[in-house]
Amino acid sequence: MSHRELDDMLGKRWRKPAFVPNPLLRWGLFAGFVLYMIAAVMTIEVNWARVYEGLDRGAAFIMAFTSPDFVSRAGAIWDGMLESIIMTVAASVVGIAISIPIGLGAARNIAPLPIYLICRGIVAVSRALQEIIVAILLVAIFGFGPLAGFLTLSFATIGFLSKLLAEDIESMDRVQAEAIKASGAKWMQWINYGVQPQVIPRLIGLSMYRIDINFRESAILGLVGAGGIGATLNTAFDRYEYDTAAAILIIIIVIVMALEYLSGIIRAKVQ
Amino acid sequence: MPVNEQSGIPVWRRRTTGESLRQWGMWLIGTAIFVYCWQQISEATTWFFVWDAPRIAGDIWTRATPPRWEYITQLGRPIWDTLNIATLGTIIALFLAFPVAFLAAHNTTPSRFLIRPIALLIIVSTRSINSLIWALLLIAIIGPGVFAGVIAIAIRSIGFCAKLLYEAIEEIDQTQVEAITATGASRWQVMAYGIVPQILPAFAGIAVFRWDINIRESTVLGLVGAGGIGLQLSASLNVLAWPQVSLILLVILAAVVISEWVSAKVRGAII
Repeated sequence: MSHRELDDMLGKRWRKPAFVPNPLLRWGLFAGFVLYMIAAVMTIEVNWARVYEGLDRGAAFIMAFTSPDFVSRAGAIWDGMLESIIMTVAASVVGIAISIPIGLGAARNIAPLPIYLICRGIVAVSRALQEIIVAILLVAIFGFGPLAGFLTLSFATIGFLSKLLAEDIESMDRVQAEAIKASGAKWMQWINYGVQPQVIPRLIGLSMYRIDINFRESAILGLVGAGGIGATLNTAFDRYEYDTAAAILIIIIVIVMALEYLSGIIRAKVQ
Repeated sequence: MPVNEQSGIPVWRRRTTGESLRQWGMWLIGTAIFVYCWQQISEATTWFFVWDAPRIAGDIWTRATPPRWEYITQLGRPIWDTLNIATLGTIIALFLAFPVAFLAAHNTTPSRFLIRPIALLIIVSTRSINSLIWALLLIAIIGPGVFAGVIAIAIRSIGFCAKLLYEAIEEIDQTQVEAITATGASRWQVMAYGIVPQILPAFAGIAVFRWDINIRESTVLGLVGAGGIGLQLSASLNVLAWPQVSLILLVILAAVVISEWVSAKVRGAII
């Protein structure tokens, strides 16, 4: 808009300014997008007869949400849920405990270069590997059961939390930290009184968010044998017991909602 | 200021006696919960396998290296499918998330008591269930294949996109909306000329951000049969073809890194 002269615009009908100002780039992007869409849609094979057949089952599943069956598989659901929650709690505690030193190490204004590079390396590896792939490898190594799930979630927590903690430490107020240092504090005291008070509200908020994510992830680890509710859910789908599956999904949604509500309260309190 | 008397001299300390007692009690409860969780995990674990783990890990490592490079010729199509699942899923999700976000935002929702809670419920329930579970469900309904993956990614992304989008809508500058309203614009015109231009940069950012996450998620959807490179991964795992597994993991890693780089570049250009 601003580049156009007022004289050019006078007497002409107003037109909405485009999102991408350069017309060549705009039409190029648009053409590329259309070409890609055609290629993508052409190569997807959809068995429409199968989809049409499945619509009844889809309707049955949606109807199952109106009458979820918590009772007939109550034992299996309870065991699976308990295991998921246990894995979530243990992995969150261990993950958060480990990610604090790594987060300190990955902050450039605190750590010396060699430690910084090592910690950033750990963060990068942990973030690049998805939970489910890590779980497959750990199940192969440690055997079936919640230990593999626990280790997977701890590992994933480290990457997530250390990175965000390090970024928070890097953007902290230097003045406060320097004031503590000037009073003759040792390194531990400096971290404890100069750095920690500045980052703790955000650390608590992020930890709550990560617990929420860990619970959601723990629901799928069972698919590859790493413990939790996923195995029960998978069995329910395989046996077309939609009412049981609906019950499990409802429980997951309710717990996630409760966790979100709780973390909202805690975050409001610490900030 | 809490003060402690030590041989007649007042000394500063951080907490009063009651505060430190409460702090101590909280730590005690927290530790007890963690110990209980650890005990449960430990009971469900076959410790013999765990002590044996370093040997097994070394064994898998020797089997998995070097990767079977010539297998990469067979991975072209699965990678294309993975890309399509992520991209088409994101596009469908954005189309669905747009109206949901408008219904959920405080300042644009038609009815705060009737429609807003429904929109929020859609956001929470699609967000709290992992795409692998959606894929599992859709495979039971419409059969295995790329199409199920696309729909699973789309459903999963609605909540994420709609949440970020409605937060952006709630933060818009109300004076611009009022200016458009003052010209006598209809409800739809206010939306198109007053609200949409303000949220368009946020919208583009969210789209690219979610596309990046979806690339990650679509690489593993094949584990449950929903197409993409995960299908090759699970086939290779099932026949214990470790050199192929390691190659596929490298390809997935490269895809994740590239998509993150693209998304960071595009977001940097927009914002």
